[in-house]
Amino acid sequence: MPSLKELRNRIASVKATQKITKAMQMVAAAKLRRAQEAAEAARPYAERMEAVLANLATAFEGRDDAPLLLAGTGKDDVHLLVVATAERGLCGGFNASIAKLARERAKSLLAAGKTVKIVCVGKKGFDSLKRDLGKHIVKTIELRHVKRVAFENADEIGTLVRQMFDDGEFDVCTLFYARFQSVISQVPTAQQLIPATFENAEAELPEGNEAVYEYEPDEGEILAELLPRNISVQIFRGLLENAASEQGARMSAMDNATRNAGEMIDKLTLSYNRQRQAQITKELIEIISGAEAL
Amino acid sequence: MAEAFQFELVSPERLLLSEEATQVVVPGVEGEFGVMAGHAPMISTLRPGVLTVSRPSAADEAFFVRGGFAEAGPKGLTVLAEVAVPMADLKADDIARQIREAEEDLADAGDDAARERAQIALDHLREMERAVASN
Repeated sequence: MPSLKELRNRIASVKATQKITKAMQMVAAAKLRRAQEAAEAARPYAERMEAVLANLATAFEGRDDAPLLLAGTGKDDVHLLVVATAERGLCGGFNASIAKLARERAKSLLAAGKTVKIVCVGKKGFDSLKRDLGKHIVKTIELRHVKRVAFENADEIGTLVRQMFDDGEFDVCTLFYARFQSVISQVPTAQQLIPATFENAEAELPEGNEAVYEYEPDEGEILAELLPRNISVQIFRGLLENAASEQGARMSAMDNATRNAGEMIDKLTLSYNRQRQAQITKELIEIISGAEAL
Repeated sequence: MAEAFQFELVSPERLLLSEEATQVVVPGVEGEFGVMAGHAPMISTLRPGVLTVSRPSAADEAFFVRGGFAEAGPKGLTVLAEVAVPMADLKADDIARQIREAEEDLADAGDDAARERAQIALDHLREMERAVASN
């Protein structure tokens, strides 16, 4: 049984922890709002881009002169996984769930005899993947110094990916991030970047097809210019979703932690009071039995 | 007064403008073109330059745009630009400073790829400077 002093110390320390988690929760809530706004503001661009590209892509379906970024290299031997995670921990299962999805994919690809290369965006993903997949990690990009993700950050990653693709270093590229659904739910998602897919945009297609567009310059050139851009745009969207998800995950994790600390304080206070009472009783008995002995 | 149509200017970071316009002049890669209501559906890529919007409700506004494309359709005109800055926010001396920095980058560039990147950045800045100067 811990002494009264020990109990007092523990209560004080749990209270201090609770203050910290409470503060972190509030900070995350404020950041979440901003991150969510940024993610929403970026949505129209990405959606329009996809719609137009999907439109153009249908024109090139099955043609031999389709750009490589759209049609792929015709092989799928080498896979590049771009794993976007957070730079900081203390956000529940956020980093772990993205890393887990990426790890499962990497393992199944390796088991199928493919080559896997990994680019980590964010330190936490690297930390968790380096243990068993360390030799597959070709590059780590840290965004620690970045306060708010700007398009330039995504463009840097996009340029790197394109460079690697042009050098023939991989055939298929997949981006891993957590899509923001709500504060309590973030869905780890794998999105194929190269060859380009337009599953999301298909709903918009019929309406786009009605109008026969005039292209300036021709379709091929536009496609050749937009496809590389699209990679950066998709990465940008992924990073923004990730930022919102991270804050959401942290907020609910810290909410839990604050509640748990509260429960712990209650329990400790109860046992502290009990022990204090027991001690008073003991002292009384000692005095009474001492008086009786006289 | 000319008929109005829906115009949207979107950058990756946000929706800059979404309102009715009577005429928009877009710097297309094969030359500037004006879009008015009922324009034939077309898609054109952009070159760095100035985009001008004429609106029924407010004064004309100019934006410097770079990288992206314009889509004129039955619903109106949408311009997706990687960079879109209101001309009012551009300051000539800021750009001059950036040009100096870009020139240094170009001189310092180690390999061909870096040199090419620096050159493109510099060209864009020069284009911006020209646009501001002529405004």
